[in-house]
Amino acid sequence: MSTPFYVSPQQAMADRAEYARKGIARGRSLVVMQYADGIVFVGENPSRALHKFSEIYDRIGFAAAGKYNEYENLRIGGVRYADLRGYTYDRDDVTARGLANVYAQTLGTIFSSAAEKPYEVELVVAEVGHEPEGDQIYRLPHDGSIVDEHGSVAVGGNAEQISTFLDQRHQDGMSLAEALKLAVQALSREANGSEREIPAERLEVAVLDRTRPQQRKFKRIVGRQLKRLLEADGAAATPTDAPSDEEEGES
Amino acid sequence: MEANPRSTGRLPAAFLTPGSSSFMDFLGEHSPEMLPGNRNLPPVQGAFEAPHGTTIVAVTFPGGVVLAGDRRATMGNMIASRDMEKVFPADEYSAVGIAGTAGLAVEMVKLFQLELEHFEKVEGAQLSLEGKANRLSTMIRSNLGMAMQGLAVVPLFAGFDLDRERGRIFSYDVTGGRTEEQGFAATGSGSIFARGALKKLFHEQLSEQEATTLVVQALYDAADDDSATGGPDVARRIFPIVTVITDEGFRRLSEEESSAIARSVVERRLEQPDGPRAALL
Repeated sequence: MSTPFYVSPQQAMADRAEYARKGIARGRSLVVMQYADGIVFVGENPSRALHKFSEIYDRIGFAAAGKYNEYENLRIGGVRYADLRGYTYDRDDVTARGLANVYAQTLGTIFSSAAEKPYEVELVVAEVGHEPEGDQIYRLPHDGSIVDEHGSVAVGGNAEQISTFLDQRHQDGMSLAEALKLAVQALSREANGSEREIPAERLEVAVLDRTRPQQRKFKRIVGRQLKRLLEADGAAATPTDAPSDEEEGES
Repeated sequence: MEANPRSTGRLPAAFLTPGSSSFMDFLGEHSPEMLPGNRNLPPVQGAFEAPHGTTIVAVTFPGGVVLAGDRRATMGNMIASRDMEKVFPADEYSAVGIAGTAGLAVEMVKLFQLELEHFEKVEGAQLSLEGKANRLSTMIRSNLGMAMQGLAVVPLFAGFDLDRERGRIFSYDVTGGRTEEQGFAATGSGSIFARGALKKLFHEQLSEQEATTLVVQALYDAADDDSATGGPDVARRIFPIVTVITDEGFRRLSEEESSAIARSVVERRLEQPDGPRAALL
């Protein structure tokens, strides 16, 4: 039997953080940003079945980078939390701030508990307001901290570089097509400075659209509508709700 | 440290355990006291009165289905509410209308809506229409104890079946028994009279406009002969709630639309109090 030797708490935490960061960095980055009518989620995702973005509640969306089974667990936990809270009180009492807090507590406890391995995930919880000023975006790193973000945020492998790129270019009141293009541009930049093309089929895009008449504001943008937005010349295009072939994958 | 779910501590383990996509199953495991079916009722002697919702009718037409309800809730001889809403969207492609004990029925609808939404969010796909109808069956059955004490809930469920591309209607009995109805259905105290009207006026090729008028006619006839069903109240501008579900989803007729239909029905009845006549042969 080997003798347990002393590891300083600083070193132990640094090792765990390093472990989590490496895991997150293996995943592709994703971007969440505000546009005129809401909040758009853009990421590269070759899979059509495993989503990085999803609906938590009426006005709340969820995005995650890192290990799928871990963030999927957190996502379902969040849906259960939100639905139970809305059932107990009222739909208006489910807020992104409350949810972000619960996630932070959960991630923080797991991160600092020696019995569990740290989760290799970084989450974004976003809530679309009735007005652009009411939009909220929270980034939740692996260690249980909460960062209140404005305008745009990137998480995942290349997040820092993408964030800097977006911070310089993102403006308030961009149209959906403009915001989408900027996001794709940011995602296509490699760490070494080169660029590559991301075809529309490999993009996962969703919006929290405050103009949507339904109570539930989350909507996936797929197929023709996505192509049309990517081709649009900046202005005009906004997500429309009508054609049923574009409603597929709504969740 | 497992926190109370109503506070903002860490998510309890039950929240992060992979398992059922059903909200009711989750509720049953995590906080069973919140499930309506798990309540213990003290034995009641004699009649117990609580507001009751009355008549709901549904009619299919080639593009979908119409579900409508009157606005009255009664408690014995008294009108408990003149403007109660008894038809609710269950999700984007289905709706449920409730008759029976109003308080319990509204709670059941709330849980049913959440059940469908929860499944959709967790699984990323909607339940089939049959699946939704079966879930509702289970919920009614869990209310059986209350039903036997006189607090029954009997809904009518209608939806657009995206696979079969047509509107469908399901009716229930107090024990949760489910029947698919062909063409039209009615539930609640005025349903006997409403069904009579529907039977004489329904045909397979109704337009949406005709179907919405037909349900209002049927509700008028129910109100005519059943004191617990409320007719269109022109003075107070309280009109039946009429909803239409097609492949474009659920739509509730605006107040202007439903009042226009109700007013035209009332107007015709001024000349012909018994309503439109079906041919004798």
